[in-house]
Amino acid sequence: MVETIGTGEIVIQSIARFWPTWIAMAVTLSAGYLVRERLGMFGRLYGSRIGMAGLALVLFWVFTAIFADQIAVMGPLEQSFTFGMKKAPPGTVDLKNGVVFLWGGDNLARDVFSRIVHGSAIVLVIAPAATLIAYMVGSTLGLPAGYYIGWIDTVMSFLANLVLAFPVILLFYLLVTPEVNRPVPVDLGFVTLPWSIPIGMAAFFFIFPILFLSLMWFTKYEKDRTRLSLYLAVTLAVGLWLYSGLVFNADPLGVVGMAPNELNIFAAVILGSSPGVFRIVRGLTMDIKTRDYVAAAQTRGERPWYIMLWEILPNARGPLIVDFCLRIGYTTILLGTLGFFGLGLQPESPDWGSMINHGRSFVRLAETAHMSLFPAIALMSLVLGLNLLADGLREESLKD
Amino acid sequence: MLMFILRRIGTMLATMVALTLIVFYLVTLPGNLEKLAKTEGEMRMTDAEVESWLEKEGFNRPFLVQYSEWIGNTVRGDMGWSRVFRKPVSEVIGERLGYTGILMFWVMAVMVPGALLIGVLAGMKEGSGLDRTLTVGSVASTSAPEYVTGIVFTVIFASALGWFKGVASTRSITFENFTLPVMTMAIYGMGYIARMTRASMAEVMTSQYIRTARLKGLGFRTVVVKHALRNALIAPFTVIMLQFPWLLTGVVIVETMFNYKGFGFTLIEAAGNNDINLLLAISWVAVIVVLLTQLISDIGYAYLNPRIRVS
Repeated sequence: MVETIGTGEIVIQSIARFWPTWIAMAVTLSAGYLVRERLGMFGRLYGSRIGMAGLALVLFWVFTAIFADQIAVMGPLEQSFTFGMKKAPPGTVDLKNGVVFLWGGDNLARDVFSRIVHGSAIVLVIAPAATLIAYMVGSTLGLPAGYYIGWIDTVMSFLANLVLAFPVILLFYLLVTPEVNRPVPVDLGFVTLPWSIPIGMAAFFFIFPILFLSLMWFTKYEKDRTRLSLYLAVTLAVGLWLYSGLVFNADPLGVVGMAPNELNIFAAVILGSSPGVFRIVRGLTMDIKTRDYVAAAQTRGERPWYIMLWEILPNARGPLIVDFCLRIGYTTILLGTLGFFGLGLQPESPDWGSMINHGRSFVRLAETAHMSLFPAIALMSLVLGLNLLADGLREESLKD
Repeated sequence: MLMFILRRIGTMLATMVALTLIVFYLVTLPGNLEKLAKTEGEMRMTDAEVESWLEKEGFNRPFLVQYSEWIGNTVRGDMGWSRVFRKPVSEVIGERLGYTGILMFWVMAVMVPGALLIGVLAGMKEGSGLDRTLTVGSVASTSAPEYVTGIVFTVIFASALGWFKGVASTRSITFENFTLPVMTMAIYGMGYIARMTRASMAEVMTSQYIRTARLKGLGFRTVVVKHALRNALIAPFTVIMLQFPWLLTGVVIVETMFNYKGFGFTLIEAAGNNDINLLLAISWVAVIVVLLTQLISDIGYAYLNPRIRVS
């Protein structure tokens, strides 16, 4: 005996289940509207329909990720043992406890709705975080390349083009296979660290945020010794603590850590997207370098790194914010690609790419298509939101 | 111009050597070789037996010796023996590349004219209703990667409506089983090219010579077709060429999804079964395709646009 609810009711209940998201969105959007004059580029988004639609979609998934535990009715891996819940069509009621599988159940009788909601938390942490680190890597390398040009630029552009010429999918296959990334302990005398190619890559990439921030403080507060040492101390303490935990899983306090699998995809995604960031930062730097305020700063005798970080970078923020939005979307697609080929997180993980991969074999029957259809739509809506937001922001930033 | 082309080719060769070095290094890492030895010999080989097998096959020689041997053979067209297909690698690659070529031909035949048309129509009158609709449409299409559209299309057109087949066979290429893979791939790239065309078209439409042509009393249609199009299509040309590396990922996804046994499908098989020779050959071909398209795009851009100073 299987009990189902109608399509109309599925829609209504799906909307109702997201209530924390709706409240949070309403609060954020109306608060933003009240202070829109002071928000600059973001405030002007209220005038663009496309931008607002994008912002709404992005905020929807951001708040869903934040309130995932309140919205989801089951855990990401929780199975139902009631008869008929395996591959249950959307709207099936679990007769034992009355839980409705709004978007159906998968072949292990897990609730697709809850898994997508939990998956949003994974996607919305990894994609922006990886993009942010890729940005720090790309900026730290792109600024000097665009500023000095010469051999620095030649070498770094060659390396960036090297990575860009590498077919992404092949790169992932070579990097994320278990044989390549099995960590090997390496004894450094005072401490033993795990080592593999992805860990090495992560060790290289994750140093950039620390380097970037330290450089920023160093150039800005060169004269103000107390402030400089305070900022540097905080950055280094927090940065190195996170670094040891995230990269080597050797956090002395045991709080921060990342599974080897997660680290691999992090490293792979950063490697895939930082050359793009490098190129855009380099191009913008070359353009902005010719402006009068840069010449003024040079005449004042400011150091090159001060000019790059505090004159050029802030003035490049418009295009960079737009590109950042687009790139988060691109990273989300990359993550999905990894999941689609089963190279991503653990196979049972509820991230959207893995879910699509998992449900892929059931797509040819209309009755079981929901298993991959819903995560696919979720992924698309998030990327669409980011792209529309970027479009709106670009339009608004072009106005002045 | 000649110096420019020579320099580009020099960079290309350097990139190729660097990339193949990296691939060769990654493919012949000890973990991979151990797995290879065990699949080739026997699963329960001892470490000593693995070692002697690797010694016998020549995998214990210095890295650079192995690499130069491989690249020497590859350049001469001998890519070794595929352990999975039990055939020479060059035969496998040639056959599979042909199948993918057919697929790509149709993708291009759908994608390029479609994207250019959408872009030109949208960029013709910037800010018009048509422009807004087409722009949102292109944004939506770039937001849907192949694995999303592929699934959505399969569900709608194959599972629910039953119009097309959800599987594409290399043996019979018909409208019924080729529509979905071609559509899936074309749509993802189409939005991007269309947006580039639109931007380029919109820019051209605001330029002085277009205004002059309009003031001369020429009709809007004549101005668009005879004056604007030629200049507006320079930028999309490079974008289309640069789409190739991106399409490669698409090929792998679409071929896996629709079970079409082409180049992308072979990549997955080679990587999954640790077929070292095949994987190396695939990377070699992929890198060549990417670099050649980049070269063509660079030269073509310089050729089409006389304002670009080649120095």
